[in-house]
Amino acid sequence: MAGFMSRRDLTLFVGFAAIVLLLPILAAPFGAAYPDLLQRFMIFGIFALGFNILFGLTGYLSFGHAAFFGVGSYAAMWSFKLLSLNALPAIIFAVAIAGVFALVIGYVSLRRSGIYFSILTLAFAQMCYSLAYSVLTPITNGETGLRMASSDPRVLDRLFFDAPAGVPVPSLFGMSLSGWNGFYFSAVFLLATFLLAMRITNSPFGMMLKGIKSNQNRMNYTGFNTRPYTLTAFVISGMLAGLAGALLVVTDPLAGAERMQWTASGEVVLMTILGGVGTLVGPVIGAWLIKYFENIFSSFNDNVLSSFFSFLPDGAREVAVTIAGKFVGEGWHLSLGLLFVLIVVFLPGGIMEGARRIGARFGRPRNGSRVGRQRELSPTAAE
Amino acid sequence: MLTRENVVLHVADVHKNFGGLHALSDIDLQVEEGKTHAIIGPNGAGKSTLLNVIIGRLPPSSGAVVFDGIVLTGKKPHEINQLGVARVFQTPEIFADLSILQNVMTPAFARRDGAFKINMFRAVDNEKEIRQEAEAMLEDVGLIDRREGHAGALSRGDKRRLELAMCLIQKPRLLLLDEPTAGMSRHDTNTTIELLKKIKARGMTKVIIEHDMHVVFSLADRVTVLAQGRIIAAGSPDEVRGNPVVQEAYLGGAHL
Amino acid sequence: MFDVLFLQFLNGLDKGSAYALIALGLTLVFGTLGVVNFAHGALFMIGAFCAVAFRQLLTLETVTVDPEKLSPWGAPVEIRAPLVQAWFGDFGAVLVNYSVPISLLLAVPVMLAIGIGMERGLIKYFYKRPHAEQILVTFGLAIVLGEIIKATFGPNPIPQPMPTDLRGAADIGAWLGMQPGVITYPLWRLVYFLFSLGVIAAVFAFLQFTTFGMVVRAGMADRETVGALGINIDRRFTIMFGIAAVVAGMAGVMYTPLLPPNYTIGMDFLVISFVVVVVGGMGSLPGAVAAGFLLGILQSFASMHQLKAFFPGIDQVIIYLVAVIILLVRPRGLLGRRGVMEA
Repeated sequence: MAGFMSRRDLTLFVGFAAIVLLLPILAAPFGAAYPDLLQRFMIFGIFALGFNILFGLTGYLSFGHAAFFGVGSYAAMWSFKLLSLNALPAIIFAVAIAGVFALVIGYVSLRRSGIYFSILTLAFAQMCYSLAYSVLTPITNGETGLRMASSDPRVLDRLFFDAPAGVPVPSLFGMSLSGWNGFYFSAVFLLATFLLAMRITNSPFGMMLKGIKSNQNRMNYTGFNTRPYTLTAFVISGMLAGLAGALLVVTDPLAGAERMQWTASGEVVLMTILGGVGTLVGPVIGAWLIKYFENIFSSFNDNVLSSFFSFLPDGAREVAVTIAGKFVGEGWHLSLGLLFVLIVVFLPGGIMEGARRIGARFGRPRNGSRVGRQRELSPTAAE
Repeated sequence: MLTRENVVLHVADVHKNFGGLHALSDIDLQVEEGKTHAIIGPNGAGKSTLLNVIIGRLPPSSGAVVFDGIVLTGKKPHEINQLGVARVFQTPEIFADLSILQNVMTPAFARRDGAFKINMFRAVDNEKEIRQEAEAMLEDVGLIDRREGHAGALSRGDKRRLELAMCLIQKPRLLLLDEPTAGMSRHDTNTTIELLKKIKARGMTKVIIEHDMHVVFSLADRVTVLAQGRIIAAGSPDEVRGNPVVQEAYLGGAHL
Repeated sequence: MFDVLFLQFLNGLDKGSAYALIALGLTLVFGTLGVVNFAHGALFMIGAFCAVAFRQLLTLETVTVDPEKLSPWGAPVEIRAPLVQAWFGDFGAVLVNYSVPISLLLAVPVMLAIGIGMERGLIKYFYKRPHAEQILVTFGLAIVLGEIIKATFGPNPIPQPMPTDLRGAADIGAWLGMQPGVITYPLWRLVYFLFSLGVIAAVFAFLQFTTFGMVVRAGMADRETVGALGINIDRRFTIMFGIAAVVAGMAGVMYTPLLPPNYTIGMDFLVISFVVVVVGGMGSLPGAVAAGFLLGILQSFASMHQLKAFFPGIDQVIIYLVAVIILLVRPRGLLGRRGVMEA
């Protein structure tokens, strides 16, 4: 491993892998240890990690990444319908198609930078979204969403055996992907994505991307053709979004256009910011927290709230329930929006930055805060 | 006009108009290999325009810029750099968010790997050669002790040193310097001159756009004086210093 | 053929008016404060819900039960009457009928307060922060505002009736000496178009002919110099933010009879309005207005079935396509200045 990974990277990866694989145990005290939710942790972790390769490293803020997520979902679904119920070809197909979309959209959008880039990506995503709802209905099945049917052709499967009766479900070479199997299947992809993100961050390629974020002009006058660099980052992150979209279809076999909406694009931005833009584990933490609280908050209803506030006298309890009710259940997005604003205002570096500040306050004083900060940012500063 | 022998950069009959305004007229200058060529002139003389034409940022209205037999006009900044031309900006352009060492390693990668290479499966930590080279360069400019520090936190003079190191590590055939001491304290100016003298000893070709006479006369082998977009005098520093036209147009006699 | 095209042209005007008004505010905020405001669509939405709230207030009912009268089923008869009608009689009925235009009176102070509050309370802390953070914080704010509206008014669109007198159609063809009945145009759309022209003219006149506007324009061109003259440019910019909010709000109020508002209307219009601003040229007020109308009309033409037969879905994507093409061939937009927001 010596040439491939430094000792510090290896430690980080092993630690991360241990946490991911032990999540079914570790998440139990938080009431989150069921496969469906943990699988979402994996999927959105991949989505956020991929997004961070673009936004965190190059500084290009895409507001249209949900488009690639949605494209991945549709592509995987079509692979299930036309080719095989095996998840592997579906994922390969989804990643490839998302990559093609990212190549085209990225090629056009990256001709501009800053706010123009954000608006271009937003426009492309909205374009995909409204097309999915209208003319592309034969492919996307419009508002109802696309699902599998027992009458699907599935040519590869039918070469070997007859279609089983009942509603078809995705599998991996005959192995069921429901329950914990599905979780570990997604977990493997999250670990692979994490490894890729780590390689990129610590490689010369990643350093070039950070250089582009820091000073694109200098990069050009230093002899770098920056556009292929940003395009490569864009395509990689688009493909990872497609991978996440495909994995979601494996869990929940329904592909709908609402996954491509701007709110979905905004959600992945929030995950990345919440955890810490440009850090390795930050985006994953952000994705997990948001999915966890989404799960908790949206399951709250008035009954749960009244029992929660049962220590209050009657009148006060009703007021408390009414007010709190605005933030949970259907109102979960309100909490999400508020969180978004608070994070950007008070902690633009996200949770990782917060942890660093707390660490700096209580830990042993480091030789200069600048250097301490730099350690996190730069792989070369580690020795 | 013919290019003389040993000439590495030839600005041939360049004109540049902005609308009706003649920013540059009849500019013809030849920079010899290994020499330091200063371009001086009062504000608005067209120095920065000339530099931007040389570097390809502005297309000339007529004429051409030829570097080592290759026409630079129409080439992109990164292509020009890959040909061996590095540039120091008036305000230091560095990677403020990266460490000082990374700032110097980045251009070394550009020289080794070219304008674009997907080099994502090797860790930067394992690029020993480039790292050693960068550290040697930081040693030269006196920033080695701060290599892990944040480049954005450096003083202006130190940023200039860093930028110079970033250019020098590419071993360019031609180094363009745009007012390298602009806005610097006396102390920083002097240390920068010392540094530039050190480079001079290495025999690198340099073009310096400069305002500060002190800098010009202590560094340049040849001086070209611009006024109102034209060359009004050219020669060795002593010749230019003694030229009455120059004193009239620019120096006013008092500085010398 | 001409009448068909002319009709499509007219049909594009009302949407174009809305785009123009929103884009005008976006550009004002961007030009004065340098902030890209993703919450601007939310201001349009809040305006629309000012109209909704006003009508709900006006139509609050009194329920009186007359124990003497019994319905055929033997239950007491409930008599429902809007409060305003009970208080003001016929005048009350007129109020209810004209609730949409009258709610402009409510919307103006409300929007001004919201706009100024937003700028002082949040946006002003972001002037010196990176554009990405400005986008993010206003984006978060847009979510919050949308969700507050959703929590208050529910998720479904709430139709707003237009005043009865303005419900018909104007026979524009007949006015122009063509055959009557060929080109008719709903009156309220005409009202909306004229209203937006009025608002746009007022904003331009304000910037052009008042001292306040002159200072603001000078500040847009060169903030530092104006600041150095000892003029408190920040306070004026705050007020401009308020004015932009009022313009968006008024656009929202008057649009309610054309499109029943719900909490997503703001973002729907915002995305297109950004495209409008980019097409018109970031920072150019005339560009924003021209591009707003242009794109509204283009969208209307694209929804012609003759065209859709050749390019299915063209009406859905035409605006984005135009934006992409404009950004590629003329990156500064139609009337944009050089070097605005390039980095």
